[in-house]
Amino acid sequence: MEPAQILLAVMWVGLTLYALLGGADFGAGVLDLLAGRSRAGMPQRRLIEHSIGPVWEANHVWLIFVLVVLWTGFPLVFASVMSTLYIPLTLAALGIIARGAAFAFRKASTELWQQRLFGGAFALSSVLTPFFLGTVAGAIASARVKPGLAAGDLVRSWLNPTSLLGGALAVLVCAYLAAVYLCDDAARSGTPELADGFRRRALVAAAATGAVALAGIAVLHQDAPRLYSGLTHRALPLVVASAVLGIASIVLLWRRRYLLVRVAGVLAVVAVMWGWPVAQYPAVLPPGLTYRDAAAAPVVISTVLVVAGVGALLVVPSLLWLFVLQRRMPYDSHQT
Amino acid sequence: MTPLAVLAGPASPADLVAARTQMALSLGWHIVFACLGVGMPALLLFTEWRAHRTGDADYMRLARRWATAVGVLFAVGAVSGTILSFEMGLLWPGLMGVYGEVIGLPFALEGIAFFIEAIFLGIYLYAWDRLSPRAHLLSGVPVLVAGVASALFVVSANAWMNQPRGFDLEGGRVTGVAPWAAMFNPATAPQSVHMIIAAFMVSGFGTAGVYAVALLRGRRDRYHRLGFLVPFTLAAALSPVQILAGDFAARFLAGYQPTKLAAAEALFRTGPNAPLHLGGLVVDGRIRYAVEIPSGLSMLVGFTPGTVVQGLDRAAPADRPPIAPVHLAFDTMVGIGTLLLLLSAWLALTWWRRRDMPASPWFLRLASVAGVLAVVAVETGWIVTEVGRQPWIVYGRMRTLEAVNPAPGLWAGFAVVAVVYAVLTVAVVYVLRHVARTGHVAPQETAEM
Repeated sequence: MEPAQILLAVMWVGLTLYALLGGADFGAGVLDLLAGRSRAGMPQRRLIEHSIGPVWEANHVWLIFVLVVLWTGFPLVFASVMSTLYIPLTLAALGIIARGAAFAFRKASTELWQQRLFGGAFALSSVLTPFFLGTVAGAIASARVKPGLAAGDLVRSWLNPTSLLGGALAVLVCAYLAAVYLCDDAARSGTPELADGFRRRALVAAAATGAVALAGIAVLHQDAPRLYSGLTHRALPLVVASAVLGIASIVLLWRRRYLLVRVAGVLAVVAVMWGWPVAQYPAVLPPGLTYRDAAAAPVVISTVLVVAGVGALLVVPSLLWLFVLQRRMPYDSHQT
Repeated sequence: MTPLAVLAGPASPADLVAARTQMALSLGWHIVFACLGVGMPALLLFTEWRAHRTGDADYMRLARRWATAVGVLFAVGAVSGTILSFEMGLLWPGLMGVYGEVIGLPFALEGIAFFIEAIFLGIYLYAWDRLSPRAHLLSGVPVLVAGVASALFVVSANAWMNQPRGFDLEGGRVTGVAPWAAMFNPATAPQSVHMIIAAFMVSGFGTAGVYAVALLRGRRDRYHRLGFLVPFTLAAALSPVQILAGDFAARFLAGYQPTKLAAAEALFRTGPNAPLHLGGLVVDGRIRYAVEIPSGLSMLVGFTPGTVVQGLDRAAPADRPPIAPVHLAFDTMVGIGTLLLLLSAWLALTWWRRRDMPASPWFLRLASVAGVLAVVAVETGWIVTEVGRQPWIVYGRMRTLEAVNPAPGLWAGFAVVAVVYAVLTVAVVYVLRHVARTGHVAPQETAEM
């Protein structure tokens, strides 16, 4: 394998982890929005806060990691994507700042009206941010970002059927992952009635994701034929795997096997996340720009790989410790 | 054409102004929280360590209160920093497309440091009662180390823009990239030392300011005195060091970026016996109302009046930065630095003579605004660094105009961003005042209360 290929894979591992961890934090915000009126939704919101409070900042760093690897390893891709898609990316960036700040503010406030205000901002930005990031994915996948500064259409590059599909799928997948994780968290926290609520939402999210993905086949066939052909040929095993795992997760949800649901749900999302690059490989900016055309100097790539390796030795054990501590943290449903 | 695209017509020079203002706003906003993110963990760890060593309840109360504030501050700092990594590409794709690979290394390192910070801060804040006191204290150490390391990494990337090294240019493409040489460029040491000390001073004076207000209002108990003295002492001890670090940074400019120093000191003509201008305003290419110390600048740069200091006349008019704001910002920074040094000396003197704080209410009045002044010094210092580098984004290599996103409508983006930051500023101030006033305990602490 060439170093540039390895770096591309490392970056995609980072993006996958962002989707699985950061995505679920956004999804928790989506569920927070759907949790109902202030008092009725309080127990759900409290569990959501308990589950993402200690980890969301660390989860969020994966996005920064991906951005930095992209601009260091594939500077032309970064410059092209950011300059053409500056509208949805500015909105996503504002969503990120509103989401993080409002979540921290809600935690630090005591009055109900403050918690409602900040909670509303937290929940709303949790929907908008993944949506806009999804439109960005759709723009790249449907070959609408041209190499060069603002070389693609500034509006139609991300306001098009594939981008809207990407945005809708991103929101749904986030909500699905969050509901699946929260089922497990609620069950282990000894609040089965909360687990049942999240189970209902997970089932709805899974069904909706499946329906949108099915409809998406037609959209891609019309709007992004290259991606369609990649997904139905080289990436077909991954597409099939994600469908099977998705259905399996519904069955497991039905049977309340929450830990297994978690595993199946994660694997289903991983299969989707890797289906896309496999479908368009070796292009990074389809149709024409390959990873080789866009790669930085070999010495840069090898240096970043070494730094990422050393970084992983420091970060991975620390992250696991954080997750273990968080899982063992007692949940008191009556605390305020 | 869709309605959104008509928003602002084709890219204009106004878009460059919008992009620069947006970047200045985002950076200037983030730097406050970045400073607190670097400095607050030190204060937090010190008080918690004292609490464990002495069993002193006041120290523990301070540590708990500061931890609540740090939780909010770090979250805001983390997200406002993320926006910057977006804006590098959204606003300056010309820079990133060409030089992204040259300055990627410090950012990659910063990413790892930020991971460590976020992970261990999560552990520190949320697992307070799940860990032994010793383990808890140790879990805060990586936060402090990674915070200081982050500052070094990020500033080294900025230093590279002032002293670009570690690459060659061939036909608009970089070749021969040497990432470590780019990162450890000549400006890295003077800039990062100056900035890291500044971060501790902002945290120290800023935290002390909150308690100075309380002391002024008559809450003179031990808790408030400690809350004032611990952070103030840290910042005061660093004040003289910072003057030396600033001198190091300015002398560095004389050798490596003479145009920036000339703008900062409003020195128009090259030559020996260069005067030092204190204060004054630059109007129509001349300095007015300044106190002029003959040969002062030559003495500062080379220790002899005969030292030749390069003036603005050596740079072509198109290569000169705007002089008036750079000089004003520089004098503001130096003036505040001097004032903070005097304030620190005042405390040191009374403490040496009678083991107590100065009795004069003026001491507390000045101390209560010292944090704000320290922030102003940081902001003006960055104005000197950034505006003083203009018209270059990469000194001598790439003009800012060449780096900006050619897409139209950056003005509209800036307007939206400005509104969001305004709302955010109000919310941060409101929530922090709420935390300070009600002494609200974060949920993670209720278990043992």
